[in-house]
Amino acid sequence: MADAKEMKKVLFGPILDNNPIALQVLGICSALAITTKLETALVMSLALTTVVSFSNLFISLIRNQIPSSVRIIIQMTIIASLVIVVDQILRAYTYEVSKQLSVFVGLIITNCIVMGRAEAYAMKSPPLLSFLDGLGNGLGYSFILICIGIVKELFGFGTILGFEILPVVQNGGWYQGNGLLILPFSSFFLIGGMVWFIRTIRPEQVEPKE
Amino acid sequence: MSAKKESLAKTVGVVVAVCLVCSIVVSGAAVGLRQIQQANKELDKQTNILTAAGLYESGMSSDTIRSTYEEKVERRYVDLATGQFTDQPAPDYDMYKAAKQTEMSKTVENSNVGFQRRANVASVWLVKDESDNVTRVILPVHGSGLWDLMYGFLAVDADGKTIRELIYYQQAETPGLGGEVQNPSWQEQWDGKKLYNNGEVAIDVTKSADPSDPYEIDALSGATLTSNGVENTIRYWAGEQGFGEFLKNQAWRS
Repeated sequence: MADAKEMKKVLFGPILDNNPIALQVLGICSALAITTKLETALVMSLALTTVVSFSNLFISLIRNQIPSSVRIIIQMTIIASLVIVVDQILRAYTYEVSKQLSVFVGLIITNCIVMGRAEAYAMKSPPLLSFLDGLGNGLGYSFILICIGIVKELFGFGTILGFEILPVVQNGGWYQGNGLLILPFSSFFLIGGMVWFIRTIRPEQVEPKE
Repeated sequence: MSAKKESLAKTVGVVVAVCLVCSIVVSGAAVGLRQIQQANKELDKQTNILTAAGLYESGMSSDTIRSTYEEKVERRYVDLATGQFTDQPAPDYDMYKAAKQTEMSKTVENSNVGFQRRANVASVWLVKDESDNVTRVILPVHGSGLWDLMYGFLAVDADGKTIRELIYYQQAETPGLGGEVQNPSWQEQWDGKKLYNNGEVAIDVTKSADPSDPYEIDALSGATLTSNGVENTIRYWAGEQGFGEFLKNQAWRS
């Protein structure tokens, strides 16, 4: 059984030290597309964290039974089933948000974080640690998404979670929304900025010069 | 990896077992949640219709929405060629699905509204006051924006000429630019505009429109193609291929 220190490292490591987006550069596509509003970013984070935690758990539970010749396809089956269940639940209980997320919930199946953690960690670790690893990586993903969501919604629309913070010109205020931040690709700049920031406070993440 | 783990029988067994469990979980979730999902869809539609009817207030509970809808709104079917009411063509009739079947639809001619066929029979919603008089007629409209078709409800006054609301409920325009078709302050300017001038559809979505002009709507800045799409949509649906006949003979009065 793993000790508490190991568990803590597995759970909180991926937030800054080994962030799936900023260091491993996985799962960029959804981080670009659905961070225009904070609310969608939150729901997407929750959905991905749930999927990656439970897929890690289930894959780890049967890891000794999975024949290595078909392991990828078994991982995909489990991940895809979990994603469909999460999608159905979102449609039933958060209808408005699921309309905005539309296709991106389904695309969690192809999110590299989920596959990557299943293959790299859950296939060789016990269930509890795998679950925590999934949770940790989900939190790392959520951390980036929420930061980007806040910046994009605040400076693009002048709101946070729909509440007006900066009164925009369209509604008679003084703030002119930044049109660039509303478009998906502006996340590239923000993610780039965050990678820079994280590597400044954690210089060991900088790749050695070739 | 032990040799035993790799035998063919074991591989097939594990694959079948995993698939079986996963399919049970997925179908269980789909069947178990279907009712709630359909109720959500229905409620969403009723909310949009009430918004177009001018009866929606933010913060209404789902029960109030349902009861207000039941009480004030009546769904009818219109034969677009004659402009008269007709019977429901099929149970669960959906005009957007019917538009895909050749025997139930007609090709769009001389219009850049952005779709190929429209159904022969359209749904309309009549909004009534306490004494059962029709106060508004809600028409479903759709047409191409910049990226995709935009679906909305056009609410027309009982005189059949004056616009009350234009509510878009499904669109995929650029957020902040074309997506502003859903901005309430932009939607407000439609109230009171006139559809026809000398029998022709005269709605004009244009730059720096004159607010006092009964036909001009201020275009969305940075979204010329979306604005043109809105204009084409209204021109098509209020025109003779759309609800023109229905609005002219005002079947809801008889």
